[in-house]
Amino acid sequence: MMVVAVVALARSRNLFAVVVLAGAYSFLMATVLVALDAVDVAMTEAAVGAGISTVLFLGALYLCRSEEAKPAHRPLIPFALAVSTGALLVYGSLGLPDFSDPQAPIHTHVAPRYLNDGPQETGVPNVVTAVLASYRGFDTFGETTVVFTAGVGVIVLLRRRRKDKNKES
Amino acid sequence: MNRQLVLRVIAKLMIPFILIFALYVQFHGDFGPGGGFQAGVALAAGVIFYALIFGLARTRRAVPDSLLDGMIAGGVLLYGGVGVAGMLLGGNFLDYFVLDADTVIGQHRGIFWVEAGVGITVSSVMLRIFYLFADRANLTESERDHPEGER
Amino acid sequence: MSALASHFSYAVTIFLLVAGLFIIIARGNLIKKMVGLSIFQTSVFLLYIVPGKLVGGTAPIVAPGFQVYSNPLPHVLILTAIVVGVATLALGLALAVRVHEAYGTIEEDEILERDAAS
Repeated sequence: MMVVAVVALARSRNLFAVVVLAGAYSFLMATVLVALDAVDVAMTEAAVGAGISTVLFLGALYLCRSEEAKPAHRPLIPFALAVSTGALLVYGSLGLPDFSDPQAPIHTHVAPRYLNDGPQETGVPNVVTAVLASYRGFDTFGETTVVFTAGVGVIVLLRRRRKDKNKES
Repeated sequence: MNRQLVLRVIAKLMIPFILIFALYVQFHGDFGPGGGFQAGVALAAGVIFYALIFGLARTRRAVPDSLLDGMIAGGVLLYGGVGVAGMLLGGNFLDYFVLDADTVIGQHRGIFWVEAGVGITVSSVMLRIFYLFADRANLTESERDHPEGER
Repeated sequence: MSALASHFSYAVTIFLLVAGLFIIIARGNLIKKMVGLSIFQTSVFLLYIVPGKLVGGTAPIVAPGFQVYSNPLPHVLILTAIVVGVATLALGLALAVRVHEAYGTIEEDEILERDAAS
């Protein structure tokens, strides 16, 4: 179903439909994430992908034109490039561990320590929260700063101060 | 948009629950799924919902821009302040063990405040971005020839 | 387990990644490019989350009665990545809006034409 949504998305030229499809796609992605036990992530994806980014896209569409121009040439080169990248990635993925392999490096490195000692050390049963705020506090600080910076960037870009300068557009 | 009775009634019913849910996600994030990031976006989504139904002007009166600007910086400062507090109490930057005599309580306290900082910044940034986009839309409305419904 | 079954998740990830990449390269419309970028992004989310899953495991919230948990570390990384992603997406859309105000279009070809004309 996600594949169908993405294909329809790539083909559709009406940007309004594209945005709505992207919202549906986000909900599907959130469902998949729940199936993969990532409840925290799914919650964020549902709120962000289907809620806020859809609203932002609609806002931007409202400000711009909502029909995409017909491409002047057949997208053969991009298609070839994308397919060859995909082939390369398929070749690379053959070397990756099987799905749900308990011996994969990802499950043997630091995760057991987080899962075993995290609740005792921090008193927080949700390991995701514990790792996010405590073990990887620096990381999260950086992410918060990025969000802050992006917010400031948007404020600078879209602030209402065009009356004194050129008023064409 | 603000003449549609059904929308208004449903929104009035639901928005308090969305906001309460966001706060629940924020403060219950230690035990269930949730945390600052999720709560921030849920809170912002709730207020954006309000703005879509009742109009931007009313929302801006409830949640003014200056408050949001303060919150954007305040969240990051709160996060950094927790780190500096750890330093002042003799630990490293963002070291929560020293925040209380009992290290577990110290960790818990650190996580709580850090998550609060994250939630404040994320929600206010999202909301401020929405305001800016919506504001632009109002600004150029007169020049538009085919205005589309904003959902 | 055959290679197809055990690597199916990677196949989905790669398909989404390729589709996102194709949209980014092939489409000239800036907002369409942004949608492609977010699809690309979700494929990376999948790439991180999928290896963390263990069959029979549960969400990484420690509770009595469960022994097997999915790996919490990718969840943390992706959780922050989603929110950062939407913030940067907003920044990109803001740039697109400014481009539209400056050029009157968000099609890449037309922008290049106007640049060449001036």
